[in-house]
Amino acid sequence: MTGHLKTWPIILALSILSAPLVLMYAYLFIDTVTNSPPGSFIPNEFTLEHWAFLWHTPPGRPSIWRVTFNSLLFAASTSLLVIVVSSMAGYVLSRLNVPARGFFLAGVMVLHAFPAITLIVAIFLVLQMIGLYNTLIGVILVKAAIDMPLGIWLMKGFYDTVPWEIEMAGIQDGASRFTVWRKLVLPQVKPGIFALWLFAFLLGWSEFILPQVLAPSGDVQVLSVYLASLIADDNNFDMALFKSVGLFYIAPVLILFFVFQNYLMNIYGGGSKG
Amino acid sequence: MRILLDKFSKSFGAVKVIEDMTLEIKDGEMLALLGPSGCGKSTTLFAICGIHKVTGGRIYFGDRDMTDLPSQERNVGVVFQSYALYPHMNVAENIAFPLRIRNLPGAEIKRLVDEMADLVHIGNLLDRRPAELSGGQQQRVALARALVRRPNVLLLDEPLANLDAKLRLEMRSEIRRIQLETGITAILVTHDQVEAMSMCDRIAIMNAGQIIQIATPKEMYRNPRTTFVAGFLGNPPIAFVEAEARDGMLAVKNADIRLPVPPDAVTPPDGTPVIIGIRPENLGPEGDAIIRGRVSFIETQGRENLYDIKLENGSVLRSIQRVRDDISLDDEVEWRVRSDRLFVFAENGERL
Repeated sequence: MTGHLKTWPIILALSILSAPLVLMYAYLFIDTVTNSPPGSFIPNEFTLEHWAFLWHTPPGRPSIWRVTFNSLLFAASTSLLVIVVSSMAGYVLSRLNVPARGFFLAGVMVLHAFPAITLIVAIFLVLQMIGLYNTLIGVILVKAAIDMPLGIWLMKGFYDTVPWEIEMAGIQDGASRFTVWRKLVLPQVKPGIFALWLFAFLLGWSEFILPQVLAPSGDVQVLSVYLASLIADDNNFDMALFKSVGLFYIAPVLILFFVFQNYLMNIYGGGSKG
Repeated sequence: MRILLDKFSKSFGAVKVIEDMTLEIKDGEMLALLGPSGCGKSTTLFAICGIHKVTGGRIYFGDRDMTDLPSQERNVGVVFQSYALYPHMNVAENIAFPLRIRNLPGAEIKRLVDEMADLVHIGNLLDRRPAELSGGQQQRVALARALVRRPNVLLLDEPLANLDAKLRLEMRSEIRRIQLETGITAILVTHDQVEAMSMCDRIAIMNAGQIIQIATPKEMYRNPRTTFVAGFLGNPPIAFVEAEARDGMLAVKNADIRLPVPPDAVTPPDGTPVIIGIRPENLGPEGDAIIRGRVSFIETQGRENLYDIKLENGSVLRSIQRVRDDISLDDEVEWRVRSDRLFVFAENGERL
């Protein structure tokens, strides 16, 4: 009984403190399916009109499905590029005796710490010059390059936990270095690769600045840019529409995170038992 | 297949681990590389299988010079201390891996895997993952994987070190049985003298990158070339006392003990300082030379007792005898040694 008496003030305090957050999330959802009279928080009618963007494309805006597909393509391509390059580069940095290994390791670390936003003007100019401005390919390449140092570093960490005897045994068994990597080592770091893929996918899905600057318009818009353009549009200001699109935008992230949160934790654990 | 290391040297940077080592392993023989850690025995093993590039000298398998061939082309089977099984494959896939690399047809692979699994007695475990096996079973799988492609030579790197005592006994005889049945040339690296003596045809004992002596286990035990060899083999270990040659006898320093020079040793000139080695089993009630001392420690081993006796100069000898009740701690005893079983070494450790 005393335990309850002691804990209830804490619970009350926490409830009051977190109430604004809870209310915000609640209204993020409630406002997308209801209308409220002006000056009131209490909704008075149920409506699906705020979700009309799903089946009706307003003039001057790209279709939501086109934009969603772009986002998906963007996140999938960047994450795929990141895991392919990182799983190979991480192995090389972890195991092979390459020249200037220390330099590369330090370089990857510095690049990871480097704020990408400071490069944006230079990247913009480069993309414009080689004709990849306002294309998905251009922004995919840039995003993948920026995420790669983290990926390489993480994969190196995963490879470091694989016992070297397994590789030596493979070599004695007659396998080439590449086969050893592909058939023996890669399966040991599979959970790591999956976690990295998920991580890179979520990073790509939520990326805003790069697509906004490098691929801002029309057919190559991604969801985050589409969402920002809603709020920037002073003529048709519609808070409920903004909330609906926002909810539509974060839903896949939430689902992925809930389903695979254990794998994401793996990244911070730095290794796996396979 | 005969293996020959010809003036093999290996250094890591400026550190010379092995210099000018020549070692021949006969066809079908099992040879132990025995020595303390850091003596270069594992380095030798890794040079034979190609993991380490040699710094100097040549390595021959049969008449073929293997020195510059990569590991993949040497066809050497290795059993690692940690077994190094592939955790994501089941037992059958593990054993089949070297065959798959060689692109053998599936039916042939299956036949060879089954045959090998029968040889090492793991036929009922083929579907299991390595994590579901006991240490001894993992060991058998590692052996099967190393042997399935009929390697030129089988290398065993401390294969028993990770097993518990009972399994170690069992696997000791199992490995030897499998080696004899396949007739494969094998090299066992170990720091355990019991393993080396019980499993191998010959022992090459190493210290500081050099082979001190190569002999059969029996010969090496009976006839050690240096104090290092004598001290390494035998459990309980040999005891050494310092002595001096005097009038054709060996006088133990600061003690009233004189031992005759064993018949197989050269009698050193008077005044030469020597080291006498006495094995525990050669000190006891029977013998021809008398040793007096005080019992300082008794260790019960069940069938036998191990007695430490302290001589008047403070050095300690060991005696292993069948259990007797007439001796207790601090008793003054007068025991005997068989002088023909004494070892006499010069001050630098070389046998006289």
